[in-house]
Amino acid sequence: MDPVIAISGLSKTYEDGYEALKSVDLTIGKGEIFALLGPNGAGKTTLISILCGLVKPTGGSATVGGYDIVHDYRKTRSMIGLVPQELTTDQFETVFATTSFSRGLFGRPAKPDYIDQVLTDLSLIDRRDNKIMTLSGGMKRRVMIAKALAHEPTVLFLDEPSAGVDVELRKGMWDVVRRLRDSGVTIILTTHYIEEAEEMADRIGVISKGELMLAEEKHALMAKLGRKTLTIQLQEPLEALPDQLGKDGLELAEDGTALVYEYDTRSERTGIGALIADLNRADIRVKDLDTKQSSLEEIFVRLVREGQ
Amino acid sequence: MNLYAVKSIYLFEMHRAWRTILQSVVSPVISTSLYFIVFGAAIGSRINTIDGVSYGAYIVPGLIMLTLLQQSIAAASFGIYFPKFIGTIYEVLSAPVSFLEIVLGYVGAAATKSIILGTIILITATFFVHVRIDHPFWMVLFFALTAISFSLFGFIIGIWADTFEKLQLIPLLIVTPLVFLGGSFYSIRMLPPFWQTVTLFNPVLYLISGFRWSFYEVSDVGVAVSLAMILVFLAICLGLVWWIFKTGYRLKS
Repeated sequence: MDPVIAISGLSKTYEDGYEALKSVDLTIGKGEIFALLGPNGAGKTTLISILCGLVKPTGGSATVGGYDIVHDYRKTRSMIGLVPQELTTDQFETVFATTSFSRGLFGRPAKPDYIDQVLTDLSLIDRRDNKIMTLSGGMKRRVMIAKALAHEPTVLFLDEPSAGVDVELRKGMWDVVRRLRDSGVTIILTTHYIEEAEEMADRIGVISKGELMLAEEKHALMAKLGRKTLTIQLQEPLEALPDQLGKDGLELAEDGTALVYEYDTRSERTGIGALIADLNRADIRVKDLDTKQSSLEEIFVRLVREGQ
Repeated sequence: MNLYAVKSIYLFEMHRAWRTILQSVVSPVISTSLYFIVFGAAIGSRINTIDGVSYGAYIVPGLIMLTLLQQSIAAASFGIYFPKFIGTIYEVLSAPVSFLEIVLGYVGAAATKSIILGTIILITATFFVHVRIDHPFWMVLFFALTAISFSLFGFIIGIWADTFEKLQLIPLLIVTPLVFLGGSFYSIRMLPPFWQTVTLFNPVLYLISGFRWSFYEVSDVGVAVSLAMILVFLAICLGLVWWIFKTGYRLKS
C-alpha cells in the first residue's frame, strides 16, 4: 500500500519542558483506516494537530502525499480534512453556509451540488438551511464532518469522533467512515472507544506518554498479543486446587465450580492437552468448556500498563 | 494566492455584520447624531467659526474619524477574537492559507465595514450642517489608510486579548481618550501653549488634522506630516501582524 502519511522522528516539547510527543515514526497507507489509541494526554491530539498545522513540531518531519507539512503546507493542508474533538461551530450560521465557507477556505471554488451531496450523505440535507444552534449534538457532530469533507480531502482526521455521541449515531458514523474509505479517503481516527477501533480500523497504533508503542494490523495485533482464557466448568465443586494440577496460569474459581486457565496463543504448546490429561488422572469430571479471546481493550490496557 | 479563502473569510465577516445590522449601523449613526446635537447645537452656538469654518462643519471630520477608529478596531478585534473564543479558529489555522490571506480577509472586511459606516456618518452630517470636501482624493486616501491601519490594530488586539475585558481595554482606555483629546471637537490652537505641545504627542491628532485638511484646507499640523504618521502606524501594525504569524503568538503552541 502506498504511504500517504510518513512521519519520522516527530517530536513536540512545549516551552515548559513538557514532552507531548517523543520521536514518533509512523507510516500510514493510502485508503486505510488507522486508529490511534491512547489514554488522555498520550499525545494523540498533538500528533494530529502537528500534521494539520495547528501545533508546531520541535523535531522530526512529516509528509502528507509526499509533501512536507511545513514547507509545502498549502499542498498538504489542501489534502487534509480535520474533525476536531470539540464541537466548535458558528452557532448563528446555517449548515449550508458554514460548510460552503469551509470549502472556500481550503481553496476550492463554490460547488453547491457537492455540498448538498455531502449533506445528503450525512443525513443533514433536511437541515440544510437551519442555523446550527437549532441542531442536536449529534447533528452538530455531523456538521463538523461535513465541514471537513467540504473541500474533498483525501486524508481525513477524526479526533474522538464518538465523544458524547449515542450508540445509534455512533454506528451511523461508522457507516459514513466506511463509505469514505471505500471512496479512497485515508482515515486516521483517535478514540477512547476500543470498540470503535476494533469495529473499523485496518491498523491500530497505541500511543502512551508521547511514545508510539506499536502500530500493527488489527487482526495481527490481536493474534500476536491476544491471550485466551479457558474456563472448565466442573461437575462437582472443589475446595482447593489439587496438587497434581499445579499448573502456571491455572486458578480455581471462587465458588470452586470452575477452573480458569489463561494461556498464550503465541506459544507452541498451550498446555491444554496436558491439563485435560491431568484432570483425567485426578478423576475430576468436566461439565463444560469455554474459551474467550482477549478483547482489544484488554490488550490496550495491558500495553499501557506495561508502558508505565 | 488562495483567493477563494480570502473571499470566504471576507464574505463570512461581511455576512456577520449584515446579521447584526442594527448594532453595526444604527447604533453609530444615533451616537453621531447625538454628538451633532450636543456639540454642534450646544457648544456650536457659543463658537461661531474656527479657521473660517462653522463649528458644526468643523467637527464633521473629527466625528468621522471617531467612528472610523472605533469601528475599525471593534470589527477587526471581534472578528478574530470570536473564532478564538469559540474555537472555530482551528479551521482557519489548519487551512492552506498564509498570514497575508488571513489578514486580507479579516482586516479587509473590518475596513470595509468601517468605511461604510464612516460614509453613513458623512451622509448623516450633511443633514445637520453644510459639508464641503476640497480635496476628495486626499479625503478618500486618509479615509482608507486610517480604516486599514486601525483594522490592523484591532486585529492585533483581537489576537492579543484572551478575555472580553482585554478586548475592550485598549479601545476604551486608550483610543477613545486619544480621539477626544486629539482635536476632534476643537483646534489645538484653542489650547494653552503647554497643552498644545502635549497634544503633539497624540498620534490621533495627525489623522484628524490631515483628514480635516482634505475637507476644509485647515489643519493643526502639516498634511505631509499627517500622511507620514499614518504610514508609519500602518507599517508598525503590518510588522506586528507579520511577527504574530511568524511566531504563532497566541495562535499556535
